[in-house]
Amino acid sequence: MTDTIHDLETAAHPETLRRVAIEPVSRVEGHGKVTLLLDENDHVHQVRLHIVEFRGFEKFIQGRPYWEAPVMVQRLCGICPVSHHIAASKAMDMIVGSTLTPTAEKVRRMMHYGQILQSHALHFFHLSSPDLLFGFDSDVAKRNIVGIAAAYPELAKQGVLLRKYGQEVIRVTAGKRVHGTGSVPGGVNKNVSIEERDYLLKDIAQITAWSRDAVGIARQLFEQNLDLYNNFGRFETHTLNMVRADGALDLYHGGLRARDMNGEILFDHYDYRHYWDVIFEDVKPWSYMKFPFLRSLGPDTGWYRVGPLSRVTHCDFIPTPLANQARKSFMAFNGGSATGATLGFHWARMIEMLHAAEVIHELLLDPDLQGNDLVHIGERQERGVGVIEAPRGTLIHHYKVDENDQITRCNLIVSTTHNNQAMNEAIRQVARQYIDGKKLTEGLLNHIEVAIRAFDPCLSCATHALGKMPLEVELLDVSGKQVDTLARGLDGTFCIPD
Amino acid sequence: MSDTFQLDGKSVPFEAGQTVMQAALAAGHYIPHLCYHPEFKPHGSCKLCTVKVNGRTMASCTMPAEANLSVESDIDELNDLRRTLVQMLFAEGNHFCPSCEKSGNCVLQALGYDLEVHTAGFRHMFPERPLDFTHPDILLDFNRCILCELCVHASAEVDGKHIFAFSGRGIDKHLIINSTSGQLKDTDMALTDKAMQVCPVGVILKKRVGFSVPIGQRRYDKSPISAQALVDAPRTGAVHE
Repeated sequence: MTDTIHDLETAAHPETLRRVAIEPVSRVEGHGKVTLLLDENDHVHQVRLHIVEFRGFEKFIQGRPYWEAPVMVQRLCGICPVSHHIAASKAMDMIVGSTLTPTAEKVRRMMHYGQILQSHALHFFHLSSPDLLFGFDSDVAKRNIVGIAAAYPELAKQGVLLRKYGQEVIRVTAGKRVHGTGSVPGGVNKNVSIEERDYLLKDIAQITAWSRDAVGIARQLFEQNLDLYNNFGRFETHTLNMVRADGALDLYHGGLRARDMNGEILFDHYDYRHYWDVIFEDVKPWSYMKFPFLRSLGPDTGWYRVGPLSRVTHCDFIPTPLANQARKSFMAFNGGSATGATLGFHWARMIEMLHAAEVIHELLLDPDLQGNDLVHIGERQERGVGVIEAPRGTLIHHYKVDENDQITRCNLIVSTTHNNQAMNEAIRQVARQYIDGKKLTEGLLNHIEVAIRAFDPCLSCATHALGKMPLEVELLDVSGKQVDTLARGLDGTFCIPD
Repeated sequence: MSDTFQLDGKSVPFEAGQTVMQAALAAGHYIPHLCYHPEFKPHGSCKLCTVKVNGRTMASCTMPAEANLSVESDIDELNDLRRTLVQMLFAEGNHFCPSCEKSGNCVLQALGYDLEVHTAGFRHMFPERPLDFTHPDILLDFNRCILCELCVHASAEVDGKHIFAFSGRGIDKHLIINSTSGQLKDTDMALTDKAMQVCPVGVILKKRVGFSVPIGQRRYDKSPISAQALVDAPRTGAVHE
C-alpha cells in the first residue's frame, strides 16, 4: 500500500472495505473502540480511535456555585480524581484571589504526588504488565492481572501495595481515598497531623525501594526487546509539558513548555493563565473527543504529545536524587532512543513514580504540613485557570464566575484529549507495522491496544463536553452516496446545509 | 395511673404535654424523624416518625404521650415504609450527594444511611429548580428542598420576617421567597437568622463556606443520626403548645 500514515485517518472509498472493530478497548479507563477498514488483501486503509462515551461536565457545572467545582468536577474520573480536584482548586484560587499558604500548597502537593504514585502503579502493574511480561500476543486467557498474580506473585503484591500507599496519602490529605474534599478554593480544609505523618512515614522507604525496582523492570524490558520497544508505534511529534521556573520537573505548578519534533523550543515558561493564546481545540466529525493543537502550527500539524514521556524527556532535570539518576540513565540509554519510543512511556512513568515517592518522603519531613494556616482569600476575580501535570499529562481547567458566585463558563482540556491525535498516530503506525496485509488474529489486534495503553488514556475524562456543539449528520445509501444531511450550528439551531 | 407508655416493649416515662417523640428521645429511645425539630412545634408533615399506637399508625411527633399506650416503632413493617418515604424524597428532588456541601451534615442523607437506603427505588423526576444566587451572603439551592417547612416556621416565629412560604399543591408544591421580585436579595434575610440554621438539607447555605469541614469531622461522620439525635434531644420535657 502507498498511503501515508496521515491518510489512514479517512479511507478514500470506505464503502468497499471490510470493517474490524476492537470494542471495547480493554484495560484502559473509560470506553473506547478502534475501527479498522481493510481491503480484500487485508491491507489497512483507515484506523480510528473512537471515544464512545459522553460525559457533559462542562455543561452541568454551569449555574453551580464556584466552591462546588473542585468536588463536583473530580467525579469525571475514578482513577485520578485528585487531578481534577486540584486543577479546579487552582482555578478557584485565582477566582478568590488567593496566594496559597505554605501548609496549603504542601498538603495539596502531597495529595497530588500520592495520586501520581497510585495511578502510575495501577497502570504499570495492573493494566500494562500483562502485555509487557507475557507478550503482546500471548495467551489471552492469562494476559490479565490474575495471570500476573499467578506467574509473578511478588510483583503483583508490590503493585497492589504501591497503589494502596498512594491511596492512603490521598485519604490523609483529602479525607477519602477516592473523591475527597481536602482541597478548597484558596487552600485546604485540613493539615497532616503528627499521627498521620508517622503513619505514612513508616512505609515510605519500602515504597521508594519498590519504585526503584519498577524502574529497573521497565529498563530491563527495553534492554531485552530493544528493537520491538524502540520501534513499536514510534512516530515523530511535538510535545507539551509543564516545568518549574528552573526547568525542573514539577507536576503541581509551573509554566508551559512546548518543543517541536526536533526538540527545538516553541515556547517556554509560558504563563498557563493565557493558555488559549498558544493552544486551541479542533473538532472532527467522527469523535466525541476534541483535537487540541498548537496555534502557531495549526490544526493539521500542530498536534502534540503530553504525559510522562514528554515530561521526563523535556524537563531539564528531576529535583529528587534517585529519580534524577534514573532520568539520566533513561536519556542516555541506546543513544536516547527510549525518549521517542511509544513504549518509552512505561519507563518514564516508573521514573515519575519513583520521583513521587521521593517527593512524598521530603514533604512528610516538612513541619509546614502540620501548620494551621490553611486558607488565604484575596481580591475576587472573574476568571480562573488551573493547570497541573496529571498522571496522564497536562490538565487544564478554566472557569468564569459571575459576581453572584455562579459559574457561567467552563472549559476542560484533559490529558487524554491532548494525546488524541498522538494516540491515533500511534495506532496507525502499529497498524502499518503489524497488521497491514496479515490475517487478523486476537494477538495482532492486541498490538493496537498495547499502543493505546502506553498512553494510559482516561477516556471518561476526555469526553466531557456537552451542549450546542456544531454537528453534521449525513444519511448515506449502501453505495456511500449522500441521501440527506442535517447540520446543527454553534447556536444550537438545525438547518439543511446548502 | 402510670406515667409511662410502652415503646417496642420498653417502658418510657413522660411528662404531661409531651409527645411520644419528645418523651422517647428524652428517655434515650430513637424514633426516625426528619421534619421534627426540638425547638419548633411539630407539624407531622414528613411522616418518617410514623409509629403504631395501639395498632393504629400515628405521627409520633404530634401524638400526645398517654399512659399505657402500646407504641411500636422499630419493626420491619414501619422501617420498610420509612425507607420508601426517604427514597421518594430522593427521587422527587435533585439530591446529588457526591458534590453537595451539606454531605455529612445532611439529615436526609444520614437517614438514608441509617435506614439502609441503597438505591433511589423510584425513577428520578429531575425537576427544574433554578438556584437563587442573588443575596450577597446566602445561596438557595431549591433542588434539595424536601418541604420540611422548618425555614418557614423559623423565619416567621423566631425571626419575625416571614421570608419563606409554600406555593402550589401536590407535586407542584414548592418553597418560595416572600418578596416582590421573588428573589432573596429583596428580603431582609441575614446570616444571623434562625432560618439559616434549621434547614436539614442543603437548601439554605452560607455562601463561600462550601467544603471547609473535612471529611471525618462532619456531624454524621462520627456517629449515625440515630445516636446523634439522642445527643441533641432535650433531656426533659420541651413542650410546644
